[in-house]
Amino acid sequence: MSLILLAEQTLNGLQFGVMLFLMAAGLTLIFGVMGLINLAHGSLYMVGAFAAAGMAAATGSFMLALIASLVAAAIAGVLIEMTVIRRLYDRDHLDQVLATFALILIFSEGTRWVFGSFPLFLDKPSFLSGTVTLPFNVEYSVYRLSLIVVGILVAIGLFWMIAKTRIGIRIRAGENDREMIGALGVDISRLYTMVFALGAALAGLAGALIGAIQSVQVGMGEPVLILAFVVIVIGGIGSIKGALIGAILVGLTDTLGRFLLPQAFALILEPSQATSVGSSLASMSIYILMAGILLFRPKGLLGGA
Amino acid sequence: MKKETLLNAVLIALFVGVALAAWIMDEPYLITLATKAAIFAIAGVGLNFALGFGGLVSFGHAVFFGLGGYAMGILAFHAQTYTPILEWPFAINGTRSMPVIWCVAIVVSAVVAVGIGALSLRTNGVYFIMITLAFAQMFYYFAISWPTYGGEDGLSIYVRNEFPGLNTMDPIQYFAICFTLLLLVLFFVHRAAHSSFGLLLRAARQNEERVQAVGHTPFRLYLTAFVISGAITGLAGALFADLNRFVSPTLLSWHTSGEIMIFVILGGVGRVFGPVAGAALFILLEYVLGGLSEFWQIYLGAILLGVVLFARGGLYGLIAGREVAHD
Amino acid sequence: MKLKQLALAACTALVAAGAQAEGLKVGMITTLSGGGAGLGIDVRDGFMLAIAQSGRTDIEVVIEDDQQKPDIAVQLADRMIQSEKVDVLTGIIWSNLAMAVVPSAVAQGKFYLSPNAGPSALAGERCHPLYFNVAWQNDTLHEAAGAYAASAGYKNAFILAPNYPAGTDALTGFKRLFTGNLAGEIYTKLGQTDYAGEIAQIRASGADSVYFFLPGGMGISFLKQYADSGVNLPVVGPAFSFDQGILQAVGDAALGVRNTAQWSKDLDNPVNAAFVESFQAQYGRLPSLYASQGFDTALLLISALESADVGDQDAFRKALEAADFASTRGDFAFGANHHPIQDIYVREVIKEGDIYTNKIVSLGLEDHGDVYAQNCKM
Repeated sequence: MSLILLAEQTLNGLQFGVMLFLMAAGLTLIFGVMGLINLAHGSLYMVGAFAAAGMAAATGSFMLALIASLVAAAIAGVLIEMTVIRRLYDRDHLDQVLATFALILIFSEGTRWVFGSFPLFLDKPSFLSGTVTLPFNVEYSVYRLSLIVVGILVAIGLFWMIAKTRIGIRIRAGENDREMIGALGVDISRLYTMVFALGAALAGLAGALIGAIQSVQVGMGEPVLILAFVVIVIGGIGSIKGALIGAILVGLTDTLGRFLLPQAFALILEPSQATSVGSSLASMSIYILMAGILLFRPKGLLGGA
Repeated sequence: MKKETLLNAVLIALFVGVALAAWIMDEPYLITLATKAAIFAIAGVGLNFALGFGGLVSFGHAVFFGLGGYAMGILAFHAQTYTPILEWPFAINGTRSMPVIWCVAIVVSAVVAVGIGALSLRTNGVYFIMITLAFAQMFYYFAISWPTYGGEDGLSIYVRNEFPGLNTMDPIQYFAICFTLLLLVLFFVHRAAHSSFGLLLRAARQNEERVQAVGHTPFRLYLTAFVISGAITGLAGALFADLNRFVSPTLLSWHTSGEIMIFVILGGVGRVFGPVAGAALFILLEYVLGGLSEFWQIYLGAILLGVVLFARGGLYGLIAGREVAHD
Repeated sequence: MKLKQLALAACTALVAAGAQAEGLKVGMITTLSGGGAGLGIDVRDGFMLAIAQSGRTDIEVVIEDDQQKPDIAVQLADRMIQSEKVDVLTGIIWSNLAMAVVPSAVAQGKFYLSPNAGPSALAGERCHPLYFNVAWQNDTLHEAAGAYAASAGYKNAFILAPNYPAGTDALTGFKRLFTGNLAGEIYTKLGQTDYAGEIAQIRASGADSVYFFLPGGMGISFLKQYADSGVNLPVVGPAFSFDQGILQAVGDAALGVRNTAQWSKDLDNPVNAAFVESFQAQYGRLPSLYASQGFDTALLLISALESADVGDQDAFRKALEAADFASTRGDFAFGANHHPIQDIYVREVIKEGDIYTNKIVSLGLEDHGDVYAQNCKM
């Protein structure tokens, strides 16, 4: 095993992690501020990808497609927040699970109704295709590198927004004491709608960015949703910093596990058995990681009391 | 006679009525649907024991449903191929006998529930939801990639297993078996809920310190509830596998956990009969809406949404009114 | 779930009473909702097109959606057998659903014609006189790919597939006829969508070619990422990842890839030409591999009905075994285990105007059967 390969795999893990962060950031904000478990977050990811594919097919511009994904997911977010979600804030988690599960059904089959049953085409822009040679002779995809950069920029932007801006202060206040900020004259329902729209837009952006190198199809949001939940639980629910750490941990564990575990087992087992056992264990690895972390830190890595 | 008791009676009558009517009109598929509803109801009653009485929101009950299913699949598979399950250190053979399979399903689920419960109960709230999901996902991916019992393809059993004195392949007789078990489980859960254990469990849910003050450890109460809950769901898994004569990792997927949870919420959390109503309604909706259009799941979603938003406390909350503090 | 579709409204009195005394009821269980719906819709449309073109009014088809869930498929099969009293079942797309439904359906005395899945168990020891596979045994296209890779002079192949039974079958099939060495062999997670890690291993492995079996969305993701990775090794695959339904979503990334299939749009025979034209006219899209399989399944059924009555099970089975019909893929015959003996072609992905599609490059394997037939005793 060469170091170059290890370096490339680490970059892959990082890229996977920052994309998970885009999903997880919204999820953890929505949970932290409004106390809502939103299973339909994966649907917003799908909405973003489909909107981008539709826009790209119509105009041929990737930038317009990205904007479309942000706008469409934010609009979808605002719509469901105003019609459904806001009635759920004072309900218990069970009602939220059932209601947002119902939203998944509506979104998935609704999308299939509008766009048909076959996967759509969405490609990265030509100026981001191909590879670039990094220091130490690591050859890496330009697009994936840009994903890492975009992810880090979004993370910095979020941290800045929460630390420095008026809305960020309100969000932090909302996480600490919901009644208090209402009493202070902040329009809570507008704040909630804005937070939800922000989370939705981030999910939609992730959907479009990932859709360009994966398959844009109905149901694409569900596996990512589960992973995003794993991420926010590992990081500690409500904590953006925790989500970032959790996302990168999950990304690295998954990518490196898939790569290293079969090789590790090859040392003790015969090759075909080693691939099979190693791959099985690799697909379980992030769940083992999560269970392990929760056993020692029942509130996640950065979770409060 | 409270509204709730009346509703329970109506539900039971409805089950029997539908099955008998279908039997008389020679519509075996309707009997199969009723059987499926009864089995899902058992699974829901199981989850409700942890979720409704203990406040333990498990998003991983598919583990027990799947383990029960695989208990049936593996035992029957070995009986079918005349191969022993274990040769060393002592020989274990497969079996086709339903009561034996049920016992194995219950015991295996209970043992696994002790493990998962003991670990998961270190957390609470949303973390508990997610750690139970994590355990379920581990079992799911393990089952997919473990080739001995079919992996993703699952295991197919040719004929339903045997129950002394009955022809289990006859839909109405199999319905009778499952429905009787549902009634037994309901009776057991009703008694357990009103026993001193049940009262302590609910008390612990509301105020842990008070329970500690009278000399009980909430952890033990919760773990017991979780194990009983898992064992009941395991039994349902074995019955479901026999209904289809087939098991596969689908039983272990998070969709299954979600569906079982939906039966509970739809019917009414914490009501003994709630999941029965929930499972029956869900299967009825699936059956009726499935005929409407290719995109029937949109309607299903809309109806579920309507129930959550406008019928607080599920069907039982809607019809029998909100739960009174003590009953 | 009354998605009941009568093949054709009962009409004219022209029906010759003698030959078509009883008619036939077909139960189709296929995937019509969720992410895998595209395949089921194609099989259904191909099947119904052939029934409509035959002009027969005595074939009734009941269609139900299995949601790609095995337990739903089993319950639908029970219902079709017990309540609808169908004579023939067909339609299932996925191997795991077929394994759930087929053994018990044939045990209850119903014919099953498989328009897509061909798990090895049903071709070998568990073969059955009432089970017919009209598509392929699961290994077949992979074997053809192995043979092609060997004949193309590849010496060091990197192979990958998802970690589930059909995936292991695929790699076993490939290795059966591939004569070179393996630079690496990877099992990926089922449903995985990111292949950066695997592609990095391919880059580092020193392979001279890549073989993959990643059906559905997995294949789309892999191809898009592979094309962008700068690894320029030639790729070979089975037709599933290069089918009409998904090629448009892969785009340029698939151009030039060689893949193996028993059918292609440009296959030169009159039945196929007519099929492609009428399918396009009827549904407004090009037919896929799955549509051709659905179409052939219906043709086989109609041909058997011409010469035998379904009430006479032995005669009907013999009529099916004869496979006396002109298929869209040219020569077609059944082996001893009721699985096809057919030619497998090597295709290449090309662009026709704005549409991505396949053209035949060469004949891969001629009159190819499967290795499990020897284990089948019926």
